[in-house]
Amino acid sequence: MASEEASRSPRRSRREPEGRAPRQDKYSVLLPTYNERENLPLIVWLLVKSFSESGINYEIIIIDDGSPDGTRDVAEQLEKIYGSDKIHHVKYLISSVLLRPREKKLGLGTAYIHGMKHATGNYIIIMDADLSHHPKFIPEFIRKQKEGNFDIVSGTRYKGNGGVYGWDLKRKIISRGANFITQILLRPGASDLTGSFRLYRKEVLQKLIEKCVSKGYVFQMEMIVRARQLNYTIGEVPISFVDRVYGESKLGGNEIVSFLKGLLTLFATT
Amino acid sequence: MTKLAQWLWGLALLGSTWAALTTGALGLELPSSCREVLWPLPAYLLVSAGCYALGTVGYRVATFHDCEDAARELQSQIQEARADLTRRGMRF
Repeated sequence: MASEEASRSPRRSRREPEGRAPRQDKYSVLLPTYNERENLPLIVWLLVKSFSESGINYEIIIIDDGSPDGTRDVAEQLEKIYGSDKIHHVKYLISSVLLRPREKKLGLGTAYIHGMKHATGNYIIIMDADLSHHPKFIPEFIRKQKEGNFDIVSGTRYKGNGGVYGWDLKRKIISRGANFITQILLRPGASDLTGSFRLYRKEVLQKLIEKCVSKGYVFQMEMIVRARQLNYTIGEVPISFVDRVYGESKLGGNEIVSFLKGLLTLFATT
Repeated sequence: MTKLAQWLWGLALLGSTWAALTTGALGLELPSSCREVLWPLPAYLLVSAGCYALGTVGYRVATFHDCEDAARELQSQIQEARADLTRRGMRF
């Protein structure tokens, strides 16, 4: 943890020159994983397919949180398969937690910070590695970003053709209800706050992560709320969210309580 | 100003206007029919806000897209991905 903090020094932000020449845009996909050995090869394959079909310059960065299930082995195989290729690039990072496997899982923010240190793209795409976010939407994100020169493009399940698969009525009611309350209380200017399929300008993501303190669902929500505060522009692309094919989806009482706490904290402080 | 403060300001403004009108603190003589409507107005507003919330959430739940196609597409792509990766030497 201490080394993680120390390496967050501000000199990092200087690596990306501000006055960008007409060089080609590059997109770094950050994939934080924890026990995703089943899903990881599939999501990487889908990413590679989507990017190469649309001729986009990209890299994939896997940030594993010390999974005990052999995610690491899978990631290293993928590195071998795709890493040597001139166009494709798969990087595998071991989160510092690996050294201390008993330690509590680190938040997403830490994973993103870690991943961004190794990202060479000027845009960052964050998504879940569990196949609930389909890479086919990424070209749409990119088109949207260019269209409005947005700082952030967020996938949304609640607009247009967006939607979900694999949710029962209860889950839908909770999701819609939570979204409604959040919209009323925070008026954030984006329809899907808890989703985590987004594209950011690198420097924008860096700034936002510095500002955000919450964990879990609330983290994604705080990112958007802070973005509004800092006057960043947000575009939206409808996405279909296919709930976990392998492994379990988690939404328990604990998640709901911590969501409400986080919501009220943001309500009172922003 | 935080969102909480904005809400408190809004509620305080509405609340004091209502209180001033119903108690006649401003010295305004409202016709009794007006006063009869005004007195229970907050309760009416609360109930209609609640109805609006329930109606909106209900409608949105009912019209929440079920992405059957996306799920099917993903399943077939998973098969394709497995086959291709195995060909490239991936051990699952």
